[in-house]
Amino acid sequence: MTRVFVPDDAAALSMGADKVASALKAEADKRNLNIEIIRNGSRGLLYLEPLVEVETSAGRVAYGPVAVKDAASLFEADFLNGGKHRLGHGLTEEIDYLKKQERLTFARCGIIDPLSVAEYKAHGGFAGLAAALKKSGADICKDVTESGLRGRGGAGFPTGIKWKTVHDARADQKYVCCNADEGDSGTFADRMLMEGDPFTLIEGMTIAGIATGATQGYVYIRSEYPHAIAKMKQAIAVLLAAGFLGDNIQGSGKSFALAVRTGAGAYICGEETSMLESLEGKRGMVRPKPPIPALEGLFGKPTVINNVLSFAAVPDILSHGAEFYRNYGMGRSRGTLPFQLAGNIRQGGLVEKAFGITLRQLLEDFGGGTFSGRPARAIQVGGPLGSYVPASQFDMAMDYETFAANGAMVGHGGIVVFDDTVDMARQARFAMEFCAIESCGKCTPCRIGAVRGVEVIDRIIAGVERDKNLIVLDDLCQTMTEGSLCAMGGLTPMPVQSAVKHFPEDFDRPPVAKAAE
Amino acid sequence: MLTKPELSPESERARDVCSRHGNRPDELIEILHELQDELGYVPESVIPVIAKTINLSRAEVHGVVTFYHDFRREPAGRHVVKICRAESCQSMAGEALCSHAKASLKAGFGETTADGAVTLEAVYCLGNCALSPAMMVDGQLHGRVDARRFDEIMSETLSEAAQ
Ligand SMILES: Cc1cc2nc3c(=O)[nH]c(=O)nc-3n(C[C@H](O)[C@H](O)[C@H](O)COP(=O)(O)O)c2cc1C
Ligand code: SF4
Ligand code: FES
Repeated sequence: MTRVFVPDDAAALSMGADKVASALKAEADKRNLNIEIIRNGSRGLLYLEPLVEVETSAGRVAYGPVAVKDAASLFEADFLNGGKHRLGHGLTEEIDYLKKQERLTFARCGIIDPLSVAEYKAHGGFAGLAAALKKSGADICKDVTESGLRGRGGAGFPTGIKWKTVHDARADQKYVCCNADEGDSGTFADRMLMEGDPFTLIEGMTIAGIATGATQGYVYIRSEYPHAIAKMKQAIAVLLAAGFLGDNIQGSGKSFALAVRTGAGAYICGEETSMLESLEGKRGMVRPKPPIPALEGLFGKPTVINNVLSFAAVPDILSHGAEFYRNYGMGRSRGTLPFQLAGNIRQGGLVEKAFGITLRQLLEDFGGGTFSGRPARAIQVGGPLGSYVPASQFDMAMDYETFAANGAMVGHGGIVVFDDTVDMARQARFAMEFCAIESCGKCTPCRIGAVRGVEVIDRIIAGVERDKNLIVLDDLCQTMTEGSLCAMGGLTPMPVQSAVKHFPEDFDRPPVAKAAE
Repeated sequence: MLTKPELSPESERARDVCSRHGNRPDELIEILHELQDELGYVPESVIPVIAKTINLSRAEVHGVVTFYHDFRREPAGRHVVKICRAESCQSMAGEALCSHAKASLKAGFGETTADGAVTLEAVYCLGNCALSPAMMVDGQLHGRVDARRFDEIMSETLSEAAQ
C-alpha cells in the first residue's frame, strides 16, 4: 500500500487540504488502487500548500499546491511512483527551500504522523526526556543555561536562568505554563508545531517540570487556533495513555499533569502576567513586576513561563548536549530560530535557520521576493510592536543584539514584507490603533496615549500642522515608552517611530489648504 | 420530588456547564466559552447564575465577559465570518477584502446581516500570515482570500446551510 501524505495543518486546510485528501482517496478507489492517506503536519513550505507527498523507494516526492481538480491528472502521471507532473517538485528533502534550512525544533514537523508515539520515537522523540530523567533538576537547568537558549517569545531572556530560579524556590506547588498565545501578526510557528509535532512541546514542558519540581502544566492557546487546541488535547490524551504524562512517568517516580486552556481574543494575554491572570479565570490585567512569576506566578506559586518554541528546543538540548545547540548561531544569540516569512512575499513559510542569517537572505533566497513582484519597501520584524525596517537595512543579521542596536527587535521571528505601495503613515496609525484596541487599560500612558496617538497621526495624514503634530507625536511616544507598565504601551512607539524615521516622505502630506483643492 | 425554583433554560445550561467544570472560579473563561458555544452568546441573565454557582461576585463575572473580545453579549448570526485586519493581511490588500465583505454583506464589523444569516467580525491575526489575506468562517480557516474567493466561500457557506 502506498503512503500518501496530505497535511492537516490549519494553513494547508485553509487552502483546501481536506477536499484534496478526499479527492485523492476517491480517485484511488475508482482505479482500484490501495493508498493510505496520512494526515501529517506542514513541512512549512506554505506557499505550496496543500503539499501532497508520496512515499517511494527513493524517498518522499512532493506535489503542490494540489487542488481537487488535479487529482485525476496526478494518478494519470503515476504520482504514486513519483511520476512527473506539472505540480511535481521531486524529492521533498531536495527542495532548496527545505534543504538550506537547519531544522532542529522543526526536525519532525511535517514528516511524522503528529499523534503517533511510535513514529515520534523512531525520529528521536523522548530521547531528551530519557536523558533528563537520569539527571538532577539542577543539572538540567545547567544544561539549558549552557545551551545559550533564550526565550523565543520575544524578550529573549535566558531560559535556563529562569528555570533555576523556579528550581531554587521552595513551595508546596509549582507550575509550568506554556505561552501559546501567539498573537503577533506574521507569526505561526507555535501553531505549526502544536499541530504538526505536539509531542515535542509536551516533552519540553515535561522536562521543565522535572527540572524545577513542578507537577502541573498548562498550555494557554489563543482561541483563534481551534485546530491547534484540538490537536494538543488529543496529543495529551495519547501521551497520558502511553505513560508519558501523568503519574509515575515511564516508571521514573516523577509526575507531570498537563491541561489546555483557551484564550478569549485578547492580545494582551500574551504578556506573561496578563496570561497568568487569564489562566486564573480573571480579566487579563497586567501585574506589576516584581514579584516575578518565577517566584510568585500562577496562583501565587513559583511558575516557569515559556514560549512554545523555547520549550520545544529543550528536548534536543538534553539529548544532543548543550554544546551541540550552542554551536549554532552568532554572538549571544545561540541556536536556531524558526523564522516566519509572511506578508507580501512569494514563498511564505517557515524557515528554521541559525541566528545570523540576514533579512535579505530570508526575503530573497527563501522568500523569492515580494508576492506582487514590486520592490520590497519595508519589513516589519517581531510583530505589531516591532520596527519597520527599511530596504537600506535588509542586510542586517538576525541577532538579538544587532537588531537592538539598530532600534529594531527580532521578537518571535516573524517577518512581514510590504511592497512599495505601502503607506507608512497608515501603518504607524494602525500601530497606535491596535494598541488602543488591545490595551488592558491599567496604565494611562498606554490607555490614553494610544488613542491620542491615532488622533495626532490622523491630523498629520490630513496635513494639519504637520511639523507641530510630529513633535506632539514624538512627545507622546516618549511618554508611552517611559511611562507604560508593560511592553504593550512601552513598545508601540517602535513601529510608529521607525516609520517616521525611515519613511519621512510618507508623513509629508500636503497642507490642508492645498489638499482641499 | 421537591420542586426547585424555576430557572430559565439558559440558566439551567449555565449551571450545568459550571458543574462540568467543578464549579471552579479559575475555569470561568472555559465556562464562558462552552456556554457561548451552546447558546451562541453569553446572555446577561446568566451572569448572576454563574457568579453564584462558582462563588464570584457579579462584577467579577461581568468584568471577565466584557474584557475579552470573544464573548458576545447578543446572539450572532447563523454564520460568523472573521476577517483578519492585522499587518500581514494588510500587506496583501486585506483592507480591500474588508471593504468588499462589508459592501456585499451590507454589514459592518461587529454587525449581523439584516436576515440574521451572517455576523461579520474583525480579528487580528489568524496565524495564516504566509497565505494572507486570511479569514475564518464558522471556525474554518481560509487563505489567499480575494473578493472572488470571498464570494465563492460565502455562497458555499450559505447554500450548505440551506440544504
Ligand atoms: C503585549 C505583549 C504580548 C506578548 N505576546 C506573547 C505571545 O503571544 N507569546 C509569547 O510567547 N510571548 C509573548 N509575550 C512575551 C511574554 O510576556 C514573555 O516574555 C514570554 O512568554 C516568556 O517566554 P520566553 O522566555 O520563552 O520567551 C508578549 C509580551 C507582551 C508585552
Ligand atoms: S502598557 Fe498598556 S497593556 Fe501594558 S499594563 Fe499598561 S495599559 Fe495595560
Ligand atoms: S496577519 Fe492576517 S493571518 Fe496573520
